[in-house]
Amino acid sequence: MSATALWTTVVAGSLGCYLLKLAGLSVPAAWVEQPWVARVVDFVPAALLAALVAVQAATSGQHLVVDGRLVGLAVGAVALALRAPFIVVLVLAGAAGALVHVALLS
Amino acid sequence: MSSPERSATLRNAIGLGVAVGLYGAAFGAAGVAAGLSVWQASTMSLLMFTGASQFALVGVLGAGGSALAAVGSALLLGTRNTVYGVRLVPLLRPRGSRRVGAAHWVIDETTAMALAAPDPALGRLAFLATGATIYLGWNVMTVVGAVGAAALGDTARAALDAVVPAAFLALLWPRLRRGFPEAAVQRRVAVGGAAVALVLTPFVPAGLQVIAAVVAVALAGRPSAGTRPTAREEMP
Repeated sequence: MSATALWTTVVAGSLGCYLLKLAGLSVPAAWVEQPWVARVVDFVPAALLAALVAVQAATSGQHLVVDGRLVGLAVGAVALALRAPFIVVLVLAGAAGALVHVALLS
Repeated sequence: MSSPERSATLRNAIGLGVAVGLYGAAFGAAGVAAGLSVWQASTMSLLMFTGASQFALVGVLGAGGSALAAVGSALLLGTRNTVYGVRLVPLLRPRGSRRVGAAHWVIDETTAMALAAPDPALGRLAFLATGATIYLGWNVMTVVGAVGAAALGDTARAALDAVVPAAFLALLWPRLRRGFPEAAVQRRVAVGGAAVALVLTPFVPAGLQVIAAVVAVALAGRPSAGTRPTAREEMP
């Protein structure tokens, strides 16, 4: 993607997200307080974030791949389950990914 | 309003700003890993300022997705803030230019802190103090993370590639944990979303599978009486 396209993406996404915030302070509450709207909004993050975890960890372009990222994710998940702080989770996941990278090179 | 309560509110706000700053560094690094420049990553933190949407946008770009898919996933996650805004109106009573300014800080943490405050005046203080400290921490640490990632060598880059999915998982984790409203349903939706994305990956242009994963929200079922989304202290 060209620098111009990236800037357009950054600015358009930022403007859209700001307008969504402003809308909450501006539209009548009844528009948003419908039970099914609340329901969908409540569960969108779980669906999207999980999809992003999967795509980031196990795909490359249109291929499913297994590499150090998946190992890092597994290590990160264990750390999260043990209630490790965020920074520890990231360091452990990164170390696992780097180890796999080095191991595959040798 | 008594001053111990004021200082407790300010202390909490600063603590949250520091904690969220770490996520800012992770975002800066993820942005650079996805191909953004340090300036572009920083501009996102300044102008978009809502963590999950920012991570989603760079996540889709990093997966090779189109601009439309990247912006679309950011907007889908941004709808949360619209609901938060509606909750905050009675507390903030924003008018005119104050509304335009206040809107920028309507995110998970400011909403949670403002609504948890014992009275409206403390609620407004909590909103402003949390917004200010997080805005500062998030933006400063975005630059730190982006500059750091831009200077990485080959092995460090492989480490960063493994850090990014773990950062997304950390963002998701609080929603799946016992204690979050309907955590079991959240888990079902999360597993469904991941499955949809992986199954579609070979067949759709990169990035679209992330948007398509919203169909997994159907696994949540119908709204039951009395359930409403609650803002909590998650990462942004």
